[in-house]
Amino acid sequence: MSVFFYFALQMRENRAVDELTSVLVDKPFPDFQLPGLHNDFHTQAELAQGQVTLVNVWGSWCPSCRDEHPYLTQLVEQGVPLVGMNYKDTPEAALDWLDYFGDIYAYHIQDRDGRLGLNLGVYGAPETFIVDKQGVIRYKRVGVVNERVWESEMKQVYLQYGGLINE
Amino acid sequence: MNNLVKSFLSFVLVLLALIATAKVLAIGEIYDFSSPELLERYEELTKELRCPKCQNQNLSDSVSEISDDLRREIHLMLEQGQTDQQIKDFLVARYGTFVLYNPPAAGSTLWVWLIPVFFALAGSFLVWRVLLQAKQRPIIAEGDEEDLL
Repeated sequence: MSVFFYFALQMRENRAVDELTSVLVDKPFPDFQLPGLHNDFHTQAELAQGQVTLVNVWGSWCPSCRDEHPYLTQLVEQGVPLVGMNYKDTPEAALDWLDYFGDIYAYHIQDRDGRLGLNLGVYGAPETFIVDKQGVIRYKRVGVVNERVWESEMKQVYLQYGGLINE
Repeated sequence: MNNLVKSFLSFVLVLLALIATAKVLAIGEIYDFSSPELLERYEELTKELRCPKCQNQNLSDSVSEISDDLRREIHLMLEQGQTDQQIKDFLVARYGTFVLYNPPAAGSTLWVWLIPVFFALAGSFLVWRVLLQAKQRPIIAEGDEEDLL
């Protein structure tokens, strides 16, 4: 009996995580028209312009976002397109953060009230999406992106959909 | 009264006080509703739906930011005249069936519903068997009990 419950619990844990991460995979990136952080403006259409893109949900309030910043920098140096989704933040705090840590992003989408986040099933930061050339979400990472996660899971998806890396 | 009993009783009192205040504290923003019926549905929905971040809290108890957002959205959707089902579908499309404390009786969650039924049936069958055997066993006379020990 206890063996049964042990396995049932294990299954349940895995299922919970899988379900939270997989619902939006293979669905188009939700529609949005939102300001950036540099007096600019962005829409969903920009994510469907023929390159595989990482969309990184971040906030100046998020400690783990600092942890993953050096590795994201490495990916950008290898030519991986990176878009920031500045989540539940103020532009002032976000720009200070970028000044300090370095703005490695192609541009930012400002999701101040978390509505786009809600449509993306975001429930914290950092989270990172791989969006394909047609603007379809192909992968979602909840938590920090590091070398282990990139090499073991994300790189494969990124390359599979035609993402480019400068070796 | 000895000290141990005293300290135990004061502990119970403090605990009761804490529980009582917890019930009084409302969590997050308080929304105005255009009708009491909507407020009732809001309270029911936020109790029934699970906070995606905290795993074992419902939306009405959770202080996490994402629960704030979801409560705001539920309030809005209720005022727009959406049905409970539409609201649940909206959340499931974004956060998965995880947000439903009552998982649907289909697909990957079907077994959650079937296994308890199986155990209930198996248990009843066992009880029935044991009772039946007890009935068939000859009644032991009082004097014979010692022999059995």
